[in-house]
Amino acid sequence: MSLIHKSAAELGSLIGSGEVSAVEVAQAHLDRITEVDGKLHAFLHVGAESAIEQAQAIDDRIAAGDDLGPLAGVPIAHKDVFTTIDMPTTAGSKILQGWRPPYDATVTRRLRAAGLVILGKTNLDEFAMGSSTENSAYGVTRNPWDLSRVPGGSSGGSSAAVAGYAAPLSTGTDTGGSIRQPASVTGIVGMKPTYGGSSRYGLIAFASSLDTPGPFARNVLDAALLHEAFSGHDPMDSTSIDAPVPGVVEAARQGDVAGLRIGVVKEFAGEGYQPGVLARFQESVELLESLGAKIVEVSCPSFTTALPAYYLIAPSECSSNLARFDAMRYGLRVGDDGTRSAEEVMALTRAAGFGPEVKRRIMLGTYALSSGYYDAYYGQAQKVRTLIARDFEAAFHQVDVLVSPTTPTTAFPIGERADDPIAMYLADLCTIPANLAGNAAISVPCGLADEDGLPVGLQIMAPVLGDDRCYRVGAAVERALEERWGGGLLSKAPTL
Amino acid sequence: MSAITRDEVAHLARLSRLALSDDELDHYATQLDVIIGSVARVAEIAAEDVPPSSHALPLTNVFRPDQVRPGLTPQQALSGAPAVEDERFRVPRILGEEA
Repeated sequence: MSLIHKSAAELGSLIGSGEVSAVEVAQAHLDRITEVDGKLHAFLHVGAESAIEQAQAIDDRIAAGDDLGPLAGVPIAHKDVFTTIDMPTTAGSKILQGWRPPYDATVTRRLRAAGLVILGKTNLDEFAMGSSTENSAYGVTRNPWDLSRVPGGSSGGSSAAVAGYAAPLSTGTDTGGSIRQPASVTGIVGMKPTYGGSSRYGLIAFASSLDTPGPFARNVLDAALLHEAFSGHDPMDSTSIDAPVPGVVEAARQGDVAGLRIGVVKEFAGEGYQPGVLARFQESVELLESLGAKIVEVSCPSFTTALPAYYLIAPSECSSNLARFDAMRYGLRVGDDGTRSAEEVMALTRAAGFGPEVKRRIMLGTYALSSGYYDAYYGQAQKVRTLIARDFEAAFHQVDVLVSPTTPTTAFPIGERADDPIAMYLADLCTIPANLAGNAAISVPCGLADEDGLPVGLQIMAPVLGDDRCYRVGAAVERALEERWGGGLLSKAPTL
Repeated sequence: MSAITRDEVAHLARLSRLALSDDELDHYATQLDVIIGSVARVAEIAAEDVPPSSHALPLTNVFRPDQVRPGLTPQQALSGAPAVEDERFRVPRILGEEA
């Protein structure tokens, strides 16, 4: 098996034992990027030279007898919404074109500390707003399963890089589903940790009460290893949870559901769901039952109002967060000809630097927060948020985890929803409740839809700080399905 | 009845510091009308007695110790600035000609 097809855990152990050098592994992935990224456009920046330097430093430390962690020397693709001191950081926006941050995000710093080799920065919907990467100012990323389709979003560059074997691991951020939905439609694993479990410091803010960094990988154990590597309390983030990281790696190794109570969310089915998605979901539930889990139907009535509440809360926070792009301290400045005022320059810069979806959300948020509408929209959405948290709480009295399809359809064709924001927003229907309540949730591959042969994801939702349960159930599903398929789902993907 | 008028969108664009063209205003007025129409159903949910949640975690007032620690140097802080003068951010005028 070639180096690019190995798991992160395997690579880490081969590098640690000196059987393969980190430089060889980095070079194999850089070659793969050269080979396929013309088709995928997963990367906005590839740091070939710095990747080889980082890998060499790991090899030197291993040669010197240093005891490094399980992921030392393993390559990773990093979503271009985390600041990196040695690479440009754009958030997929023209307003930050060419920006070199003066500091590393906490997640970036911890990747480096774990010895991970950062190959480059991946494409995303501008400021992580979208479900397809079509909102990137730097062009769309394509799905390795079908180049005419989207890789999901907003972390679509990261999902395509891992599904396309350009990296064994990548980072993402999940505000309304931006890790789980792209993982689902590219046939890989994507995890949204408990809100506050992973640091937002140096993550360019979209909606601060929802934004959560998390891992992508081709298998559950690799995702858990990465999760553990960058999570945990960070004093630089005031909403970081000061508690130990749940035992995600152990849970991923265990992968046992015997005696577990699993709730099927009644509200996530029916109209708008692709038959092939529902069929694979139903099979997954039957599989879990056959593995010894107790299946319970659970009703969470408030989940049906999560989508509209989210599209008031997230834009409200975005309209406030994105006020920092004022053309004064960093980033683009347009129209400063000596005659215009700061305010005029600001308005011209923001009009030129932000794309259509970002402008829509800023104005929608400004509207929802304006006096006269605040109570009816933003205030009411915050109450819905409470109701959703209560639904979760009641459900987790009955069951240990909840399951649903990750997203109602498989990957849609590029362009199909680009001019229809409402249709685009529906991609996040099942993922949003966990963001609003702060819960942990994962997406694992559960098969291909009969209609189009494209990947379907199973979402597993756990209580706050119950991240280990997501990995435990995800690993059990993965093991059973891979036995049935004779390999991982990605082995069925067409050759790029 | 439309949820939002073109004049309201022009007002929102001003508040948002977005210098939009007339064509853009028309375009966004149509789209925002549809979006607001679809999210407006949150207003119909009976929730008089429900307290609002601004956040998923029950955290209040997280403070760091009041200790001096290293920050960015002026060069680092100014490294991405569109215009710099005398170790400061150079900005367009902020007051009108009359002032």
